[in-house]
Amino acid sequence: MDLSLPALLPELILTLAACGVLTIDLFLPKEKRKMAFPLAVGGILATLAAVLALYGRNITTLDGMFVVDRFAVIFKIVFCIAALLVFAVSHAYLNDDDNDVPHGEYFTMMMFSLLGMLTIASSRDLIAIFVSLEMISMPAFILAGIRKNDIRSNEAALKFFLFGVLSTALMLFGMSLFYGLTGSTNLADLSEGLAGRTDIDEVALLAILFMIVGFGFKVSAFPFQWWVPDTYEGAPIPVAAFLSVASKTAGFVGLFQVMFLGLGELADMWRPMFAVIGVVTMTFGNLVAIQQKQIVRLLAYSSIAQAGYMLLPLGVASATDGELNTQIVFSVVGYLLVYAFMETGAFAVATAFGRKTGKFLVEDYAGLFARSPALAVAMAAFLFSLAGIPPFAGWWAKFVIFQTLIEGEGLWLAVIMAVNTVIAMFYYLAVVKKMFVDKAEEPAAIPLPRVLAGAIGAAAVVITVGGFLPDLFGRLAENSHFF
Amino acid sequence: MNLVEEWGITLAVFLPLLGAIVIALTPKGMEGIQKILALVSTGAALLVGLALTFAFEHGEAGMQFEKTVPWIPSIDSNYHVGIDGISLPLLVLSVLVCFLCIIYACWHIPEPGNAKAFLALILLLETGMNGSFIALDLVLFFVFWELVLVPMYFLIGIWGGENRQYASIKFFLYTLFGSVFMLLGFLALYFQSDPNTFDMLLLQEEGVLSLTPALANLIFGGLALGFAVKVPMWPFHTWLPDAHTQAPTIGSVLLAAVLLKMGTYGFMRIAIPILPEPAMTYAPFIAILAAIAIVYGALCCLAQTNLKRMIAFSSVGHMGFVMLGISAMTPEGFNAAVFGMVAHGVITGMLFFLAGSIKERYHTYEMPELAGMGLKIPKMAGMLAFCAIASLGLPGLAGFWGEIMALLSAYQPLEGLDPTIFRGAMVAGAIGTVLTAGYFLWMLQRVNMGKISEKWNKVKLNDVQTLEYAAWAPLLALILVLGLYPRLIMDTTTSSVTALTESITGQSAPTDEARVAQVEDN
Repeated sequence: MDLSLPALLPELILTLAACGVLTIDLFLPKEKRKMAFPLAVGGILATLAAVLALYGRNITTLDGMFVVDRFAVIFKIVFCIAALLVFAVSHAYLNDDDNDVPHGEYFTMMMFSLLGMLTIASSRDLIAIFVSLEMISMPAFILAGIRKNDIRSNEAALKFFLFGVLSTALMLFGMSLFYGLTGSTNLADLSEGLAGRTDIDEVALLAILFMIVGFGFKVSAFPFQWWVPDTYEGAPIPVAAFLSVASKTAGFVGLFQVMFLGLGELADMWRPMFAVIGVVTMTFGNLVAIQQKQIVRLLAYSSIAQAGYMLLPLGVASATDGELNTQIVFSVVGYLLVYAFMETGAFAVATAFGRKTGKFLVEDYAGLFARSPALAVAMAAFLFSLAGIPPFAGWWAKFVIFQTLIEGEGLWLAVIMAVNTVIAMFYYLAVVKKMFVDKAEEPAAIPLPRVLAGAIGAAAVVITVGGFLPDLFGRLAENSHFF
Repeated sequence: MNLVEEWGITLAVFLPLLGAIVIALTPKGMEGIQKILALVSTGAALLVGLALTFAFEHGEAGMQFEKTVPWIPSIDSNYHVGIDGISLPLLVLSVLVCFLCIIYACWHIPEPGNAKAFLALILLLETGMNGSFIALDLVLFFVFWELVLVPMYFLIGIWGGENRQYASIKFFLYTLFGSVFMLLGFLALYFQSDPNTFDMLLLQEEGVLSLTPALANLIFGGLALGFAVKVPMWPFHTWLPDAHTQAPTIGSVLLAAVLLKMGTYGFMRIAIPILPEPAMTYAPFIAILAAIAIVYGALCCLAQTNLKRMIAFSSVGHMGFVMLGISAMTPEGFNAAVFGMVAHGVITGMLFFLAGSIKERYHTYEMPELAGMGLKIPKMAGMLAFCAIASLGLPGLAGFWGEIMALLSAYQPLEGLDPTIFRGAMVAGAIGTVLTAGYFLWMLQRVNMGKISEKWNKVKLNDVQTLEYAAWAPLLALILVLGLYPRLIMDTTTSSVTALTESITGQSAPTDEARVAQVEDN
């Protein structure tokens, strides 16, 4: 077995850092437990540096199981940045005395989950993908329930866990079927083994369905999204942000690798499934989001709808047209890049608002513009971006999805998505209206710790500058095809 | 002059944005500085607009001051801008009205205050509006087009009237609904062109687009839906009375004077030149809808007791004349449309200013309560009468030319269009002008004349103030000048609109003599 240590360096650093944070935290006196945050951030920064050093390199190691290419590196960067943003949000959340969350464990778990994300971006093997997905999920189950005295947090973790275990079990079954069909778990061999086979329709169909269940759970696609609102609501909000951004992105990364690198030959079989799932997911997410009164639940349903938009391009994929598939990957990668900032930003504002006030209803946001203008403006920017309105980067993300759909002759998908965009605007506007139009019940400004303000500001700037110069995202997305 | 030719257009678009950013960075409460910053940036944009007008080769048909810079290579989109005789008047109208709005804002920031946000939003809005008139790339156009939604939503939603929440959301969703289909149309154009391009000028060239008639009609339908909501054409107009009535004065002025023109401009710049065949198919329907809008708008006006709502409905009718002109597809029709756009912008913008100032004094828009205004504040009443008469199309004032030319052009539409339908629309339009005169005169009778009500008998009201004069004088002057000397606009537009018609027919537009002969044949 060949082994290239430089290729694995970021993962090794992160593993050491995670273990280090846990160990050091053990020996720190209780009043110094806040040290976990700078240590964890340091660990991520070191990892990020190691990732950046790999940019532009192409390394295949561990017998083709682990690959470092542009696609992998770009997503590793995204995961690290998303983790840093979530850490910054967590910092403010954890420092509130009434949250009895153990700092060391919290950050360690996030780092282990991040480790799974880093490896999934490089995995080119079903087993590696499965292990990575489990590595992402297991710490996440714990994180969702980390406020152990809070019954809602327990509910969140349990629901998340049961759904998660069921879906990964099914996915594993699907993977074993593919192994049975081709005798290999390597994606490239899988693709080769499936080429030209006409005698396997029923088994392959079943196996694909099982795989979709597994990834559908991760990316919260209908009908595997039921855990999302309850888990997001019950878990600490930074954890919800982590799940809806980093974990979901990881799901998409795995999905793309499996579908295009492994099962590309069967595109005719899975294409209609994704078209249907995408349409139902976004429509369901948007229609239910309209009725939400709680901000985290609203964001949860909105994130379901967002997953629907990103699944649609798979609904026009082709078994033969490599150019079209490149465009599909480009558009979804582009969307994910933008999504990471706007979604984390929205959750960060929700954290900032709910942290001290303890209020999470959309109603409570009334008059936020008068109370904390900067916070309200930032939230409006994130929501308009999620809705796809210029001058915020979300417009470009939606644009490339539309472009892909029309190029793939999925005009009807594009029309349904267009109608969905308008429906979604309705509930985003409802929040904006609350913040800007309605009168505040109390005039007090929202206290905003510096780290959290920095995270929100950074995300807002990226979203705004990216709206005027979307090629910042476009160039990265263009580089990240793996064909 | 070189700076103007190279960067003039870009400056006109982005100076307001720069101003908005600077204002956003100033601390709250420094109202004076914020107002000065807003005045400076819009004033600079106005100066640039005027400089462009002087540098512009009037009478040339093609694009001038063109500039292409790569913008989003990953989706083949460029920052491609330029102006021709159709866009120049609208750009100048936009920079002028925005500047005047800022002057007016210096006089009065509506409830609940917050000059900083109010001014910054107006400037952001100006960037979106100016940009829409100069973009020659479909993606760029789309971004500017959508850019106006957010500031206008806030202007209505925060500073609007009692029913502002409903009105602002309706405005946003309605326009968004239209524009997503417009976007799908843009993308379809991109993929049906060879080489794939978002460039408006390239798409107009022969052989670049190859479409089946059915697909071409579908795409035109998508584009037309987006533009028609913005114009707004009947039956997509229902957002307009609410948005106009609820918006703060400056919001209404900008909506009426500039925003609506983006829709009609879209027809003339994108839909018709890129898709001429489907345009010919759709033209009769557009003419019929325009005629309905004219009559319907006038009838609705007759039913109003609210002054501002009446002016809002009058916009439906006036934009109907513009669309009627466009649907005829002749140089005369297009000329009527551009002239009508500018005239409507100047006159109706002014009417909304007046309505706002009247509300400031009387705290109501209800016409019965305003009775006797001519005795109470005679200068304001005089201006209202002047603008109302201009709006109803009195010869010698700006409103006349747009209307009469639109009606005339409908008598003889472009060859290949069925004149019967257009003449029917012309008759309906003519009836509409009579009704228009009716409701405006009735309005004057109810507002300016009559007896001052008990409530206002003893109260002293201020007549027109200095800053109001400053904001309004250019508009009042333009109403008169454009009415007396319409060539001011026609000289600029004629060659461009002739080229537009030629691009539809694929040959030179017939000369006047040939047209006269043709009319006699009929």
